[in-house]
Amino acid sequence: MPAPRLIARLDIKGPNVIKGIHLEGLRIVGQPGPMARRYYDDGVDEIIYMDTVASLYGRNNILPVVEDAARDIFVPLTVGGGIRSIDDIVAALRAGADKVAINTAAIARPDFLREAAQTFGSQCIVLSVEAKRRGEDRWEALTDNGRERTGVDVLNWVAEAERLGAGEILVTSVDAEGTRRGFDHDLFRAVRASVRVPVIGSGGAGEAADVVAAVVDDDLDAVACASLFHYEQCPPQTLKAHMAEAGIPVRPEAAA
Amino acid sequence: MIVVVDYGRGNLFSLGQAVRQLGAEPVISDDPAMLARAERIIFPGVGAFGDAMAGLRERGLVDPLRAAARAGTPILGICVGCQLLLTRGEEFGLHEGLDLISGTVARLPDPQADDPDGARIPNVGWRPLDVREAAPMVGVLQPDDWMYFVHSYAPMVDDENDIAATTRINGADIPVAIARGSIVGVQFHPEKSGPAGLRLLARFLETENGS
Repeated sequence: MPAPRLIARLDIKGPNVIKGIHLEGLRIVGQPGPMARRYYDDGVDEIIYMDTVASLYGRNNILPVVEDAARDIFVPLTVGGGIRSIDDIVAALRAGADKVAINTAAIARPDFLREAAQTFGSQCIVLSVEAKRRGEDRWEALTDNGRERTGVDVLNWVAEAERLGAGEILVTSVDAEGTRRGFDHDLFRAVRASVRVPVIGSGGAGEAADVVAAVVDDDLDAVACASLFHYEQCPPQTLKAHMAEAGIPVRPEAAA
Repeated sequence: MIVVVDYGRGNLFSLGQAVRQLGAEPVISDDPAMLARAERIIFPGVGAFGDAMAGLRERGLVDPLRAAARAGTPILGICVGCQLLLTRGEEFGLHEGLDLISGTVARLPDPQADDPDGARIPNVGWRPLDVREAAPMVGVLQPDDWMYFVHSYAPMVDDENDIAATTRINGADIPVAIARGSIVGVQFHPEKSGPAGLRLLARFLETENGS
């Protein structure tokens, strides 16, 4: 196994990084530039930028943020929120993104995933799923940052997305998101069992033990953290130290 | 002059930024004349082997790259750029490469069903390098450096002596850095590998012959 990846997730609204609960009730927690640099210096393995209002307003204002980050942050950058067309992907990659995360546009037209993967390679295409629990082992995929119901079953959808060419799955539990009460581990395990491509878990981590469990027990390839880092409860290096203690291989801090 | 080869197959923004961060001004170009004048060539690439090779052909870059290699211009291939240095690639059918280092680009081994540490393919993430002591580019690579990988295929060179570093994937030592003379290839992304990756790029830019 490569070292499980520790990803900082920045939910962006306009010029700010925001944080909500259940993807709602947004509150400003800082500015994307300084926050991303702090996390990079502290050893995060990747950064995900999620435009929380792009689908709502049908526009992309996140690209200048990404372009600024790509000037001096040299880890993989993923951009999500409002990616609707091949042109949107081209623009994101030109701004310095390595991957794009697609949710709403893929649910509306699954073939968009196939076209995107064929044009840019699967390594570039992350399927983002916002999962709302609807039963013991059943979750519904939501779109538009948790605002819209789709009736689509998450486990069927991730398997279909893999078949269409998605190279990774980013799964966010809408129920746990922002609560800091721990991950929806049932969801993570169910998604893990449904696909072979790497799975990134997100939504709900409140302490290092949650991340350790997602990697060790749920067999996830990566975890995306927001609150854990934003409120400086458990900065990336502290989290990595906890992971190393639990016997998980982690990328050592590399001196600049 | 440092030329980053632009043949429509990759995110050149980060690579250009990484070179700038190191104090050099890269020329990002698909002009064969630029390759002939380059003091160093960085040759990136993402996507599939055959499609990338087609991108080189469309732009008339195959012969200029081979000529630069013959002239001893240091070349650093990255990811699919590294793969294209080899004789052939097996992704989506058999395709001819630049054949600057003999070998075949082959799919990574799948994990054994009973291996709890088995790595899923594609191999996405950070891994440490096993640097060969007698390797030709030991000055560029350093042991204990962790690098970022995203790939399903790897440069399986014919001659062991062309292997500079490996990483262990599903029970096999997979070549991830290769070198012959002034030609160097790395399967990982130094421009996405934090400070360790920048150090590698800096050494490629600084060393006398790139190796």
